[in-house]
Amino acid sequence: MRIEIDRDVCIGAALCALTAPEVFTQDDDGLSELLPARPGETHEAKARQAARTCPVQAITAVGENEPAG
Amino acid sequence: MTETVAFPQNRTCPYAPPTAYEKLRGDGPLSRVSLYDGRSVWAVTGHALARRLLADSRLSTNRENEAFPVTSERFATIGRRTVALLGVDDPEHNVQRRMLIPGFGLKRIAGLRPVIQRAVDQQLDILIEQGPPAELVSAFALPVPSMVICALLGVPYADHEFFEEQSRALLRGPSAEDTERARELLDDYMGALVDERIAAAGGDGLLDELIARQRAEGALDRTELASLGLLLLIAGHETTANMLSLGVFTLLQHPEHLAELRADPSLTPAAVEELMRFLSVADGMVRVALEDIEVDRGTTIRADDGVVFATSLINRDADAFVSPEDLDWHRSARHHIGFGYGVHQCLGQNLARAEMEIALRSLLVRLPELRLTVPADQVPFKPGDTLQGMVELPVAW
Repeated sequence: MRIEIDRDVCIGAALCALTAPEVFTQDDDGLSELLPARPGETHEAKARQAARTCPVQAITAVGENEPAG
Repeated sequence: MTETVAFPQNRTCPYAPPTAYEKLRGDGPLSRVSLYDGRSVWAVTGHALARRLLADSRLSTNRENEAFPVTSERFATIGRRTVALLGVDDPEHNVQRRMLIPGFGLKRIAGLRPVIQRAVDQQLDILIEQGPPAELVSAFALPVPSMVICALLGVPYADHEFFEEQSRALLRGPSAEDTERARELLDDYMGALVDERIAAAGGDGLLDELIARQRAEGALDRTELASLGLLLLIAGHETTANMLSLGVFTLLQHPEHLAELRADPSLTPAAVEELMRFLSVADGMVRVALEDIEVDRGTTIRADDGVVFATSLINRDADAFVSPEDLDWHRSARHHIGFGYGVHQCLGQNLARAEMEIALRSLLVRLPELRLTVPADQVPFKPGDTLQGMVELPVAW
């Protein structure tokens, strides 16, 4: 799964880190950051949910063979 | 020709949407309502449409716009004044927001948890020492968030009676004069405080941090700092105080849910999220259209049209939440719009979550047998044109 965070768009709501704490965290500036470990399949659903919950659509989470968006 | 529904209206039950809004639900995700001055505006009641429109930059939150809807007579004059952050559109809003994001990040809030716990413990100690009965708004729901936002900003808590009273007048009047006078007093207070912190240099509150940051960038803006400081001070205590008072009232009216939460405190974060959805204390966000927005074939929000978001209906949209009228600690409620949505979504939401979680958890442990001392229908709550919550909460334990 490919996960991208647009930090210019992120407003630090942290809903991603609350929804999928295995995938997302916040840096010291209060902006969303990916945890280094690549999410396993069980976490992919949560990563997608995090992307849907983001209030400013700053997260892209797509499977390897899916078109973006 | 049918009568349009008036907006906003008083709730009948303090934790449920006004019964007269029921008609709006039947009209689909978008309908028409009339404001106190007779103006007709759009009312958004559907969850998916609310998220779409709250993320649309063609809807403005700028109160200086002549076409911005006024929802109460009290705000007719004062409403035209600039409000930092929540009354500013991008790109200016983005500059203010970016300046504040680090101060409300998860790591900062985690560091504040001991401060929150101390405030909660202190108020509970006083309550227990004095013994029942007590009035929980003034003894717990208000002082806890006030202490915390003072600590975060670097505002002296000794001034709390002044700013709590004036914030109440600003938000609730009752008269337009009360509201305007409160705004002037609060502006003067925060202006003086900012001047003092600029002169002192080197404190460790968020205000000091903002001053240092602006100074480093060579753009010290006293007016902006005072405006932001005032917004954070008011939003930081009034909103959470309402969630706590209405949250406790709601728990007392749902004894099974209360018992479940007492039996398993690990449910508290989920309960906080569900209460945010269920209570919708900020019941009516307001915007004005800057351009035509085509909602669907045949429906267009025209430039200068007013748009209100009926939060309590949106958070009870059956397309977004299963059995939306039921309180349920086990649902996934985080997509509620209780904190708003889009770039203006609440800056302090994770501070609020931490405060509610710690306050409710400790309150339920330390005040077993918590109960109302008057019948539920006699507990006064706030009118529909302001943040929803209890005016007083008389309890014993």
